Amino acid sequence: MVAQDAHDPHGNNVHVHAAPTGFIRKYIFSLDHKVIGLQYYFLALSAVFVGMFLSLLMRIHMIWPTAVLPLVGEIKPETYLSLLTMHGTIMVFFVLTTAPQGGFGNYFLPIQIGAPDMAFPVLNMLSFWTTFIAFMVILAAFFVTGGAPLHGWTGYAPLSALPSAGPGEQLGADLWIASIAIFCVASLMGALNFITTVLDLRAKGMTMMRMPLTVWSWFVTAILGLLAFGVLLSAGILLLLDRNLGTSFYVPLVVVNGQIMGHKGGSPLLWQHLFWFFGHPEVYIAILPGMGVASQLLSTFSRKPIFGYKAMVYAIMGIGFLGFMVWGHHMFMSGMSPYSAFAFSIMTMAIGVPSAIKTFNWLGTIRGGRVRFQTPMLYAVGFVSLFVSGGLSGPFLAQPVLDIPLHDTAFVVGHFHLIMGVAAIFGMFGGTYYWFPKMFGRMMNERWGRIHFFLTLAGTYAIFMPMHYLGMAAQPRRYSQFTELAYLQPLIPLNRFMTYAAFVTIGAQFIFVINLFWSMFKGPKANDNPWQATTLEWTTATPPPHDNFGGRTPVVNHGPYEYSVPGAPKDYVMQTDPATVTAH
Amino acid sequence: MATLSSTVTVNDPAAKGPKTGDGPGGTQPPVLGGGGGDRGGNGFPDYGQRLRRTRLGLLVGLIASTMVFVSFTSVYVMRRGLPTLDDRTGGYVHDWLQVSLPTGLLLVNTLLLVLSSITVELARRQITRQAALAPLQSIPGVSIGRERNYPWLGATLVLGLGFLTGQWMAWRELAGRGFYLATSPSSSMVYLLTATHAIHLAGGLLVLLYAGATGLLHRAVEGRRIVVDVTAWYWHFMAFVWIYVFALLEFVR
Repeated sequence: MVAQDAHDPHGNNVHVHAAPTGFIRKYIFSLDHKVIGLQYYFLALSAVFVGMFLSLLMRIHMIWPTAVLPLVGEIKPETYLSLLTMHGTIMVFFVLTTAPQGGFGNYFLPIQIGAPDMAFPVLNMLSFWTTFIAFMVILAAFFVTGGAPLHGWTGYAPLSALPSAGPGEQLGADLWIASIAIFCVASLMGALNFITTVLDLRAKGMTMMRMPLTVWSWFVTAILGLLAFGVLLSAGILLLLDRNLGTSFYVPLVVVNGQIMGHKGGSPLLWQHLFWFFGHPEVYIAILPGMGVASQLLSTFSRKPIFGYKAMVYAIMGIGFLGFMVWGHHMFMSGMSPYSAFAFSIMTMAIGVPSAIKTFNWLGTIRGGRVRFQTPMLYAVGFVSLFVSGGLSGPFLAQPVLDIPLHDTAFVVGHFHLIMGVAAIFGMFGGTYYWFPKMFGRMMNERWGRIHFFLTLAGTYAIFMPMHYLGMAAQPRRYSQFTELAYLQPLIPLNRFMTYAAFVTIGAQFIFVINLFWSMFKGPKANDNPWQATTLEWTTATPPPHDNFGGRTPVVNHGPYEYSVPGAPKDYVMQTDPATVTAH
Repeated sequence: MATLSSTVTVNDPAAKGPKTGDGPGGTQPPVLGGGGGDRGGNGFPDYGQRLRRTRLGLLVGLIASTMVFVSFTSVYVMRRGLPTLDDRTGGYVHDWLQVSLPTGLLLVNTLLLVLSSITVELARRQITRQAALAPLQSIPGVSIGRERNYPWLGATLVLGLGFLTGQWMAWRELAGRGFYLATSPSSSMVYLLTATHAIHLAGGLLVLLYAGATGLLHRAVEGRRIVVDVTAWYWHFMAFVWIYVFALLEFVR
């Protein structure tokens, strides 16, 4: 492990760039990691509303397939596939990857380790603006001839490699690939910055084993991103070559509409391997920061040290490591050798071990604590709930014999939405309610926070739990229309219920957005440490000054979660408190 | 690191982490006051620290770059071994169709790149020496004899451009033999790997050009030193990657 040796005692007096004064340097092309973090956050917030709107259109189409909708008209089968593709891509890349890591990670990682900024501020700015360009490019795919691509967020070749394969597969698909490639470059720059910052900019006394679990999760996420996004970038380049320059990496001899394409001998499986070598770690890129936030919140609001800090750290590493060994479990349907499938299956189920350690430790943290059920805590508990509910269907799908019948059904959709989608979103909500006072100097409205929480929790369960049942009843996924199928008739009322639940859940998100913007200006003023938490961001002013600590360099004497320490004057010991507080 | 007494103290748990004196997990505040003594006391921003941080950043970045070449290598190996259905006979055939490389020209290019790796290393050492002497020169009344400064940076630029031109000639040669990007999987891989490497190297070339330009503008030598140092390590890595790519294309047929 790099841990202790790489620790740097001189890390605090970084390059000092003066606080900018002009509007453009302060809010647009800012070098300040806090501004960049907020930029990422609001980019993801815009993206999540686009993605949510697309999902609503899909749910409406599922139960009223011939309805003529305002703005979009009648949804044709190819339109449905475009909605599906763009929903998945926007949500995975521009929400689940962008907000937890780029947003919260950028804002709070440097503060939590006692650094005045990221290691490379200019690179940080570049990675945000590159992400922004990627988002604009993918949105442009809606507005070109043929519209957005049809190939799903996984972009399987040969569908994604042949411009003649469908209406969205012309310029729309090129834009999609270009956007993903640009996003990869941005993520690589971000990952480089995060890793260097953690290794080199920690304050005095901030050893690796004193880092908050949020920092650990951002760090491991950055390592995953560093190893995974390069592979996706390579895969994307090959796809562009196949599409535009006539190579045959992915495309075998294919006949489209009676016409022989010029390709020969390529392998669609090659794309699947490269894509999922990225794609599976990507799942952990989305969820690990949520785990970090949940750990932070459960400890803080239970007024107890996190149960098994070291086990939590090793579990994060274990999940990250195993995440690179299991990509084949997405490909059981591809006709892979049963021996490979067996190996991937065993490795996949092994991930259950570190995941169970984490769940056990979260429950151990709450047990016997003096729990304060404020909104952030509700979301942390909700996170654990969703992680368990979504996680339990994982071992089912990890077995080829069960995955093969379930793979193309709604069961898989329910599984990954609960564990990867909604759980990660709950991590972001928890983080927002928790850090809002530090970011904006005011508290969010508690009552509306709770209403938002209960509506969202009930709503997401109402949407995604029935999908498991539908999947076992063989309701296919990705089909634009199934209301005519005789065997699915008894399931139509359940589908209708899920669509109503989607309306309510999406409506509830407006409560959140109104609360967010209203509280920025009208919320009650927050003091520097409203949650009585211990980590470094709560030792500084609210909102933090340009160099984070107002010219001071913090010295860390304590671990991150010293709550209810016997003999201490308060029920929490801040990381910068004098060392003698805990003379044990 | 290895002091004379290290064999004596090695069993002492308190001697862990001897460089920083920052014993992990202890309840005592870490004793770190001095901050390494030789750093930060010369009135300049802490260049030693910035240098180390940038080198670390480069190392992390090279891992990302390595993953790209690893991906392409796995594509190379997989695509090469892939049997494909022949539409005329209905049987399985290998359609790899090995490119005949202009090996002589590529060997000359390799020589150019290795030479440039040596000159960039000399440039790195020269500017390291200059940066070390810079604080002395700023003291009034102190004069150190002018060293001979060889134009190693310029030599690297010329050799690097020579390599890229040589690669261009190799592509023309391939095209002349009828191997275009989409001719066969083998030729696709040759163009892909060499072009990816060339793009990486061109990036390094641009940075060296920038360092040379700031040198002509008489900017502070310490900042330039960081740029040259990190680019030199990058350059060595790219020379190594080229030898790897060349060996892959030449021997894995």
